[in-house]
Amino acid sequence: MARTILPFGPQHPVLPEPLHLKLTIEDETVMEAIPALGYVHRGLEKLCEIRDYNQMIQVVERVCGICSCLHALCYCEGIEKMMGVEVPPRARFLRLIWGELHRMHSHLLWLGLFADAFGFESLFMQYWRIRERIMDIMEATCGNRVIVSVNVIGGVRRDLDASQCAWILEQLAIAEKELKQVQSTILSDYTVCSRTKGIGVLTKEQAYQLGAVGPTLRGSGWAQDNRQLGYSAFGEVEFEPVVENDGDSYSRCAVRFRETLQSIDLVRQGIAKLPAGELAAKVKGKPQGEATSRVEQPRGELFYYIKGDGSNNLDRVRIRTPTFANIPPLLAMLPGIQLADVPVVVLSIDPCISCTER
Amino acid sequence: MLEKFINAGRLKSPWIMHFDCGSCNGCDIEVLACLTPLYDIERFGIINVGNPKHADVLLVTGTVNHRNKHVLKNLYDQMPDPKAVIAIGACGLSGGVFREAYNVVGGVDKVIPVDVYVPGCPSRPEAIIDGVVEALERVKVKLGLAG
Repeated sequence: MARTILPFGPQHPVLPEPLHLKLTIEDETVMEAIPALGYVHRGLEKLCEIRDYNQMIQVVERVCGICSCLHALCYCEGIEKMMGVEVPPRARFLRLIWGELHRMHSHLLWLGLFADAFGFESLFMQYWRIRERIMDIMEATCGNRVIVSVNVIGGVRRDLDASQCAWILEQLAIAEKELKQVQSTILSDYTVCSRTKGIGVLTKEQAYQLGAVGPTLRGSGWAQDNRQLGYSAFGEVEFEPVVENDGDSYSRCAVRFRETLQSIDLVRQGIAKLPAGELAAKVKGKPQGEATSRVEQPRGELFYYIKGDGSNNLDRVRIRTPTFANIPPLLAMLPGIQLADVPVVVLSIDPCISCTER
Repeated sequence: MLEKFINAGRLKSPWIMHFDCGSCNGCDIEVLACLTPLYDIERFGIINVGNPKHADVLLVTGTVNHRNKHVLKNLYDQMPDPKAVIAIGACGLSGGVFREAYNVVGGVDKVIPVDVYVPGCPSRPEAIIDGVVEALERVKVKLGLAG
């Protein structure tokens, strides 16, 4: 049988972003996949030489619009570690609340896109309808829908008052009810399961050896979540990493669905335990030395390396994003599947090309 | 007669194509949010398509870089006339926060002609819908139907 090389992307209806894969196919079966990157590369890391370390927050937020809050959080944690700034407890809890709201909106967005990838458009609409509640919370509390810009070095910029907290809890209760209504459709519907179960399998050993992160790793049976490190206020709330054992597209979907419910619970815990106090600590001096920080982004582990030389501008910012770590596992999942399943499997790692290429 | 019919279709049911040209995803998800129940641009007959040969309006989000400018030009050339281009977000307008980065060419209008500029970082869905309506006015002018 002759082999054909088929381009997948960079402009593809399923992907909102320009990911390009060269698929070698035999008949309808994928034999090999080679990624081609660089369509979104802008050179953000080098901007640290012209922007000062406070302005860099706005730049790192725009590494990725979907998880902007967590990029800023990771960057701020790194700088705070370097400068020895103690973040007030209220700010740590507020960071947790906004971070988890961001995770929910990202997961709901992904669940919708995933449903769309196998042609279930009405389910896509349902998830995005639920997501609009979260976007409303963001807009009411932060002033913007997507890029919320609440983190500053030393704390947060905005506060939540009691009436806002009560309203958030009310909205979350409705969102939780609506999510449970569509739970059986994505997790036990026969047609959906036939497109996701047993497709794009990543075994437990492969996931470890290829360095998968986030829901891709947890979908293969590893209970590893960076929130266990206890950054911001995660050390003071109760949660267990969500784990599924099959390693297929279905497991990764189930992990994300259950994590959305978990995030609702974490926001509730955060609001219940929200201490009174300062919003931001005073920051003195200039960043000097080296620091690394890790947070759990919706897609997996986000890693920042920051080097300062005692001036206003940083010497180096290095960002390692979860999709970068998840591309080798993706390439291991693709061979052997049907061409029609490629969009579903590619989406199952939740690729964020804008993060990966920066 | 037939031309009148086709023009009515072009203006009452424009098909849009979205291309992410190096944006941070913020504007992309707002473009997608326009299609979903809260904003629902399908009630205006607007459908999102993946094939440039089917599209009347091109929505471009994000800055242009040295690699994807060829892809953008290629997509634009494949679209049939009359066509309109909408640049979305601060990056699509001028490069935004990334304008000084080494791999950024600048706004979308450095590569292809732009009809409507939608500001915001990211642009709100309402603004994007407004931009599409504005672009249809431009198409009307191109068809010689304005007045």
